[in-house]
Formats: sequence, structure tokens, C-alpha cells
Amino acid sequence: MAVDTAVPPIVQMRDITIQFPGVLALDQVDFSLRPGEIHALMGENGAGKSTLIKALTGVYHIDSGTIEVAGARRVFDSTAAAQDAGISTVYQEVNLCANLSVGENVMLGHEPRRQGRIDWTAVHAEAQRHLKNLGLELDTRSVLSSHSIAIQQLVAISRAMVLDSKVLILDEPTSSLDRGEVEQLFAVMRELRESGVAILFVSHFLDQVYEVSDRITVLRDGGLVGEFLVADLPRDALVTKMIGREMTDLAEISEKSDRAIDRDGAPVLSASGIGRRGGVAPADVSVYKGEVIGFAGLLGSGRTELARLIYGADRADSGEMQIHGDNVKVHSPRQAMEHGIAFSSENRRDEGIIADLTVAENIVFGIQAQRGWTRRVKNGEQDAIVKDYIAALGVRPADPTMRAGNLSGGNQQKVLLARWLATAPELMVLDEPTRGIDVGAKADIQRKVAELSDKGLSVIFISSELEEVLRLAQRIVVMRDRHKIGELDSHDVDAAGLIDYIANNEAGSVAR
Amino acid sequence: MTTVQTTTADRVASVTSFLRTFTSRYASVLPTLAAVGVLLLLLMGAQSRFGNFVSPGNMSALLLDNAYLMILAVGMTFVIVTAGIDLSVGSVMAFTGILGASMLSTGVPVYIAVPIMLGGGATIGLLLGVLVQYFNVQPFIATLAGLFLARGLAYVVSLSSIRVEEPSLLWLQATRFRLGDWYITPTGIIAIVVVATGALVMHFTRFGRTVYAIGGSEQSARLMGLNVARTKVMVYVISGFCGRLAGLVLTAYSGAGYPRNGIGTELDVIAVVVIGGTLLTGGRGYVLGSMVGVFVFGTIKSVISFMGAEQSWTHIIVGALLLVFIVVQRAIVARSDRPR
Amino acid sequence: MTKILKHRLFWPAAALVSLLAVNIIANQSFARITMRDGQLYGALIDILRQSAPLMLVALGMTLVIATRGIDLSVGAIMAVSGAVALTIIDSSPSPGSLGTVAVAVVVALLVSLVLGAWNGFLVSVLGIQPIIATLVLMLAGRGVALLITGGAITTVNSAPLKFIASGYLFILPFAFFISVAAIATVGLLERRTALGVLTEAVGINPEASRLAGVRARGIKWSAYVASGLLAGIAGVIYASNISAADANAAGFLIELYAILAVVLGGTSLMGGKFSIAGTVIGVLTVQTLGSTILFFGVPSAQSPVVFAAVVILVVLLQSDLVHRTAKRVWSQVRAEFTSSNQQDTEVAS
Repeated sequence: MAVDTAVPPIVQMRDITIQFPGVLALDQVDFSLRPGEIHALMGENGAGKSTLIKALTGVYHIDSGTIEVAGARRVFDSTAAAQDAGISTVYQEVNLCANLSVGENVMLGHEPRRQGRIDWTAVHAEAQRHLKNLGLELDTRSVLSSHSIAIQQLVAISRAMVLDSKVLILDEPTSSLDRGEVEQLFAVMRELRESGVAILFVSHFLDQVYEVSDRITVLRDGGLVGEFLVADLPRDALVTKMIGREMTDLAEISEKSDRAIDRDGAPVLSASGIGRRGGVAPADVSVYKGEVIGFAGLLGSGRTELARLIYGADRADSGEMQIHGDNVKVHSPRQAMEHGIAFSSENRRDEGIIADLTVAENIVFGIQAQRGWTRRVKNGEQDAIVKDYIAALGVRPADPTMRAGNLSGGNQQKVLLARWLATAPELMVLDEPTRGIDVGAKADIQRKVAELSDKGLSVIFISSELEEVLRLAQRIVVMRDRHKIGELDSHDVDAAGLIDYIANNEAGSVAR
Repeated sequence: MTTVQTTTADRVASVTSFLRTFTSRYASVLPTLAAVGVLLLLLMGAQSRFGNFVSPGNMSALLLDNAYLMILAVGMTFVIVTAGIDLSVGSVMAFTGILGASMLSTGVPVYIAVPIMLGGGATIGLLLGVLVQYFNVQPFIATLAGLFLARGLAYVVSLSSIRVEEPSLLWLQATRFRLGDWYITPTGIIAIVVVATGALVMHFTRFGRTVYAIGGSEQSARLMGLNVARTKVMVYVISGFCGRLAGLVLTAYSGAGYPRNGIGTELDVIAVVVIGGTLLTGGRGYVLGSMVGVFVFGTIKSVISFMGAEQSWTHIIVGALLLVFIVVQRAIVARSDRPR
Repeated sequence: MTKILKHRLFWPAAALVSLLAVNIIANQSFARITMRDGQLYGALIDILRQSAPLMLVALGMTLVIATRGIDLSVGAIMAVSGAVALTIIDSSPSPGSLGTVAVAVVVALLVSLVLGAWNGFLVSVLGIQPIIATLVLMLAGRGVALLITGGAITTVNSAPLKFIASGYLFILPFAFFISVAAIATVGLLERRTALGVLTEAVGINPEASRLAGVRARGIKWSAYVASGLLAGIAGVIYASNISAADANAAGFLIELYAILAVVLGGTSLMGGKFSIAGTVIGVLTVQTLGSTILFFGVPSAQSPVVFAAVVILVVLLQSDLVHRTAKRVWSQVRAEFTSSNQQDTEVAS
């Protein structure tokens, strides 16, 4: 369906700027949404997608800029206010009450009443009617939690329609749905589009975006890259716009990645057919001594999920793993550590740093966990290790007694790197170690990875920045839509080629 | 042959589909049904053991003896369904009782004393609700302060028991409306009215549904535009009111106010509410289930006194039953929350 | 100066010191310590002696709270422990012999250990919320204690038992030495091994700890075992003090006073960083407050009103709303002050 640009937009955001402590989250971003369109909002982590959504739905206060809804200037100070203005949001983690019935979730707060008491027959009849409008046949008296996430999301959309929403924001609704469920959701979305609802759609799946959207707005690093008609934007152009290029002067590292890897004999780690239902499809990965393997792919492509399986952070339900040729079972992080594997999560705050402990305690934490509670890392030993790593990685400020939570992101990342290096692993799995940190710290970390692999450490390196992956890795595992779609030698491909591979390679494009 | 097979298959299919409908709709009733089962087993067991256990007199006494507990359980159900907890109810009950007894003994007329007992104006429940909602104090800690406060105030009123001689208050207990060998006292009627009102409010008002929504997910409830703050404060006010009403009933029952009344009662109340099928993690539970829980508790007590055993067995058995129910609930919730 | 003000123990210590000061000002004899027969006596010595049970329970509670848990069953465990010990002594032919008392105490502590392990099992293996898991034992424990004593208050006449709570070693009460030994043991165990830092890590960020390979289950479990054992010792001291096992009164409300002491000591109920020294200060504060209330002629039964006020005050001081409001008021005051200063200088120039 072609977008009628003559129709005035229902939502017009102009020059939206939001400043968080230390970060410019949104920098003069314009965004418009028209009735009867499905508009995809694209961008990598930290691009500002969720910030923009939260600005529109009244969760965040905007520092400057204007929001117009249906031609009138509005300032929302709560989600309730945005809802009253006809803007409803359905989140990835469904914001309904799983303990209540389907019908009640649709109607909660708007139940028909008779003589002051809720008329349950009418509640369920009305809910049934709203669900039917979306083509859903459900037992409205069944408990919401007895339904799949997909159905729960459709129920949430149905609720938004009870509120008579003109704008529907779908924030990564498809990330936990299977193919059939996605089809059902898309059918509902198209239905709503026909009836004039404006839909803002966020998804990491390129196929889905191209299948259902009319227009695409791309954000990067808090700034607007542009707004495009889907027909005018080929996939590789989209990926290029999302990822962008960052010129960092790291030529000398790029040379080092050229060194030959000895691939005779058993690899340090070899995983075959390792996968998890609902997480990532079975894939093979092998890493040799001193080798850096990059995992490339967009956010949500399954790169993190695969890394977590290798470390035992999540339990694989298929496949086998070998370390130096011996079969091993890795069902927990502890077992992985015993086999010399270390893992640094992409989620520093929730899964990495122990915020209330000091920098020093955080650095020796890995060793301490390895040794158990009886053998404490003695003060002298701790001081020596901490001093070494603070100097080697350039942690700033170089104060071991500082609360780790007070460090900047880049320095927290260095502390985590130190934590794992101190355990002397054979294989390090680094998930987005350079995300959200300044250029200097980024270069420090890249240099350190190159240096360590030179000395024989094997590394799995995951990053959204393809140039970084290309520079550091000898081989690249490419992921898309929760599948491994191929493996490339980094000498045979450049950034454009890799983008093209991620966006277009058909071999691995499997409909789930 | 084939036809027979299909009909069997159909029958199996219809049974399984019935089961599926049932579990998808009523999984949350299962713990309460289990409590009903436990109650029936207890009654049948006791009847076959003693022969005269399930008698009209004994069953009527069950309601009479546990009226105060039933009232407290209703208030506690509201609080626990929002995933909160109220530890102050036993102390509030004692404070109300001794306050009332003291006022009546100093000649305050009953039509003034009773409204004061039931408490207008600033109440402990309101204080606790405000602490929980606006100052983000954990319910456990806030109501702990309430427990201390009310207990201490009870002793401030009087350090020893005060007899109540006010006839209208004693009337609540002494009057027996009879139907054959069955009887009910006004205190029993109050308890039943409280249960019925509680059940209706929970099921048929937006306030009641908001209570459930908060227990399911407070954040969702807020995003759905429900009035979370007011509702959360209200449940503590309701629980506080039930505590005071229970104090009035207990004073009538025992004919005296006593500052040591209701020590540990908050635990009994929590136990009966959980045994009655309310989830301590919030979101599921029924006022009627709590009533069943009270009957289970009362029956255990009465069986133990029939057997002439130590009353301390009551708490051991209730504790064990509580544990079983908590573990079973965990299993049921884990199962029903797993999406298909 | 700001360093001292910022120290986490500054406010707890300040509270204790000012409480002591109030007492001393109100009653000079409060600070008086006399020596009789080579033993020290006085109000302060009494506080040290009487605080022993609460000290032990609060130490265990500190560890449990650090793991984001809570142990409501400590009072019930005290009752069981006292009941076990006294029943053994009572049924022994020689209640006054040291051997009997030693056996009784060891058995009582073993039982407490098992009860603590039971709590730990429910929380760390079955994954039941700590409040609920320990509620079971809180409810059933006293019933068990009553059964052991046969529903009566078992009294014994046993000099070695009496010594535990009332005896003197050198010039100080024996119970005080038990406190000190417990503080030292817990302190050494937590801070000389890595148990403390791992406990804190599990309390601060369970997921990060898991990913770092920490055996969180064992650490949580150990906290409940420690809490049970310490409560058991407290139960023996309590029973010794009255030479009786009173299943209803032993450790009554002690879980609440212990939680209060832990919070007063600056350990957050949200888990994580804990301070043994802080808890010690907290316990002494609670105990001193109790004595103060008595001293001012308030019947001990009414003291909960004061404690309730303290709890409410402390949680309000810790709440975000109050912090934010205070910060805003302070910055406004400062802004006013600086702007008026500027005006002054402008006028002057």
C-alpha cells in the first residue's frame, strides 16, 4: 500500500533532544507518523529507538523539541496521558496481568457495569467482539498466562483498540514469536492499517521489516539518519545506514589479524550443532589457539544467544562440545570456567559489574569465584593483580578502592576484561565489549584483544561494528534471524561485502 | 470397528478439551479446591474417629470460635493479593479490644466507644498504606512497625485485662439465633457479612479487580492506567479496619479486653489465607478460600482438643500444611504460567 | 572531616553515642561501674550481658539479609534450642554436672543447625521466598518447643547452666565473652575468607555472580545455617538466664529486634554490603534504647511504641522520597544563600 503523503501526520515530532547524564540520547530528531501506515524504526543498540518511543509515550521528559498529535501541540507527563491522546504501546515483554483472564485484560478499567457492579457477561461479550475485530477466536475466560506470548501480544493490541488508539507502537513484538505467529500478527497489523491506525514498528528482523512496513526511519547514535520509503531503500543500504562507519586509527592492529593461525590438530573449542529452542538454531563453531572468531550479525540475530550457550549461561538443548578434542559438558558458567572459558556479557550493568563492590574486588572476583570461599585472594596478591591490570588496561581513575558502579562504561568494561584475564582463560567470549564507550577506551580494548590473541589466547569477539570485527577476527561467523548463515575468512571480505552477506545471503535465510 | 474407535477418540478428545478449558480457566481455583478437600477429609476422619464430631453444635461452635480469625483473614486476603503482607493485624486487634474495654469501663457510652473502636480519622492502616505506597517501605517492614506500635499502645491503655460489662456488646456473643440444634451468634453473622462483602468487592468492583491486577504486575497495572496508589493504600486501610472489627468481636467473645490478645495471630491469619489458596506472591486468591482456610484451622484445633492432645500440635500441623500448600502452589503456578 | 561524616558507620555510631549521652546526663549513675568481689557491675555492664542473645541472632540475621533474604524463624529456633537443652538436663540424673550441661548444649545446637539447614534448603534449593520459607518454621517451631517441654515451663537447678548467662569470667560476664567470640568468629570467617565478599556479591547482583561462576546456592544456604546455629546459642543463653525453658516467651519478637539492629547498623534490607561492626553497634543501640525506656519509668510492655517510632524514623530517613525532598530543599537553601550573598557583594561594590 502506498503511503498517501497528502494525509497530514497524526504524530509529528520535531527537533527532539534528550540529554541523559553524560550522554546525548537524542539529538534533534524529527519523526512523523501518518494514519494508515506501518512505519519501521530501525537502529542498532544505543541508536535511540527506545528513547524516542519513550519520549512519545510520556515516559521521558524531552529537553527540547515539540510533539504534535493530530495537529495539536502536546506535552505528555505520563503514559496515561499519552494513552488518553490515543497513543498505545505494546512492549516485547507484554504489559498485561498474566494472572487475569483474557477478557478482563482487554477490558480492565473499562468494564461495563450494572448497578455499580461489574457485569461479567457483558465484559466477556465485549472483549470477544474486540478480539474478533482482529480475527481472534479466544476463550475470553481463560487465564492470560495459559496463552503463548504471541497471543498475549495480540490481546495487548486488542486492549489498545478498546482505548480507541489512533497510534499503536509495537516495540519488538516479534522477537519471541515463531513464523506462524508472526504471520498472525502481521495480518492484524495490516487490518489495523486499513482502518487508518498509524503503526510504529520496531524489529531487528530485516525480512519482517521489508515484509510489512511502508516507511523506515533510521537512527544512529542518537541522531536521525533519514526517513525512507521501503521501496527506495535496498537492504544493504539500510544496514550501512544503521551501522555507519567509525574511523578509528587502528591500522597496526589490522595488520596483526593477518597473521597465520595454525589449524592443525584439535581446536581449543569445537561446538557442533549447539542450539536451544526459542534461542538459536543449531550451529557449529570452532576456535583454534590464538585465533579471534568474530560473530557478525545485527542485534537479535542470535549472536549473543550462541555465545551464551558456549559459556553455559543458558543451557543448550542440542549439540556437543569439545575442548582440545575431549568431549565436555558445559551446563553452567562454573563448568565453563573449569574448562578455561571466560565470558563477558553485553549487559555490563546487570550481568557483569557488581556495582557496590570496589574496583579491586571486581577485578579479583573471577579468581575468587574459581577458588571458592575458603581460599581468599590475599590482600597483597590482590593489590599486585589489581595494580597490574589497572595499568595494563588503563582503567581511569586508577583507584582500586572506588565503587565499581561509579566508573564510566568504558572503564567498567576494562574492569570486566581484567576480571576474566586474571583467571588466565584459554578462550574469552567477549559480547559487545566496546558498546557505548568512548573512542579512546574502544581502541584500548581492541588493542588489548589483538595483543592477547597474539600471545595465544583464543577469542570469540561479538560486535555490532563490522569494521571492528573485520579488523580483529581471522574468521567471521555470520548470523541472521537466529541462524548461522555462513562463515567467512576476514581476508576475503570487506565491510561492504559483509553487509551484503548479512543483508542478502539467501543460503541461510530460513523461514522459521 | 472404525466408528467405535472414532467415538472413543471423540470422547477422549472432548474430555481432554474439557480439561484444557478447565485448567486454562480455573487453574487458580485448584489450591482452594484442595483446601476444601482437606477440610472434607478432616471432617470425615474426625467423624469416623469420634462419631459425634460433625454435630450441629460443634459445627456452629466452629464459626463462633473463629469469627475474629475469619474477619482478619478477609482483610489479609486483600493485602496478600496485592503481593503485600500485614503483620500488624494481631496487635491492632488487641489494641482495639483493650481500648474499647477501657473506654466502656470508664463510662463512655457504647454508641461513642464502638465508633472509636472501629476508628475514624487517622488510622494505623492508613499510616501503613502511606508508608508502603509513598515512601516505598517494604510492606513487611512497615507493618512490622505497625505491629510494634499497636502492641505498645495496647499496653499504654492498660497493662492488664479489663472486663467488659456493657450488655449491648455482650449481646453480640450471648445471643443465639437457633434453627434446630444449629445456632448462630451476631458475631458469626458479622463474620459472614464481612466475608460476603469482601468476596463481592473483590469480584464485582473495579477496585477489587485492580487489587488483582496489582498482584499480577504492579507495573502493568500502572501502564494500564489503573489507580494503583490509591488501591494499595486502601488495602491496608481495609486490613486495618478488619483488625479493629475483629478486636470488637473478640472483646465480645471473651468478655474482656486484654493487651496480650492476638500475639502471633498475624501468623495464623497468613497461614489460613495461604491454605485457603491465596498466593503469597500475589495476584491469585479468594476471600471464600480464606474462609475455607479458617475452617481448616478451626477444625484442626477442635480435633486436637477432642483427642485431648497438646494444643501446640495445632501450630505444628498448620505449619506443615502451610509448607505443603506453598510447595504445591509453586508447582501449580510454574505449570500454568508456562505458555503452550 | 567529610571522610568521617561519609563513613558508613558514622551515623549508627553517632546514634549510639548520643543515646548513651542522654542516659548519662539524665542519670549520672548510668555510667558508674563498680568492682565487687573482682567482678564489674553497672548499667553498662548489664547492657553488655543482656545483649548477648540479640547480638548472636542479629549476627546471623546480618548474613541472611546480605544474601537478600530474611530469617523470621530465629525466635522459634531459640525456643526449640532452649527446650531441647533444658529437657535433657531435666531428665538427667545429675542436672548439676558439667558433662550433662555440655551434652545438652551440644545437642541443642545440633538441632538448631538442622533447623537452619532446613530453612536454607527451602530458600536455596526449592527457591521459596525467604519470608515465606522461614514463616513455616516460625509458626511450627514454637509448637515443637512446647511439645518438647510438654506444654509446661521446664525449670532446672543447674549451676553450670546458670553460669552461661549469669557467671563471670575474670571481671566480666561470661555472656559477654560469648558475644565477643561470636563476633570474632563471624568476622574472621566472613572477612578472612572470601565468604563475606561472595555473600555480598550474591546479594548485590545474583546474575552477575552466577555468570562469574559463584556457587550462590551454597553461599545462601550457609547463611541460614549460621543464622540457625547462632539463634540456637542465643536460645541456650536465654534459657540459662531464667534457668527455664519457656517455649512461648523465649526469643519472642527477637526477629524484629534483630532486623531493627541490622538496619540501624547500616546494612540495607535489599541485601548486599553488610557490616558486622555496624550490627554490633545496632544491637547495642537497641539494647541501650530498651534500658533507657525502662529507666524513664515506662513499663517494658509499652516499649514497642518507642521501637515502632524508631523503625518508622529509620525507614523514612532511608526512603528516596525523603532523600529527594531533602536534597531539593538543601539546594534551594544554598541557592538562596549564594544569591543573597551575591546581592550583598553587589551592594557592597
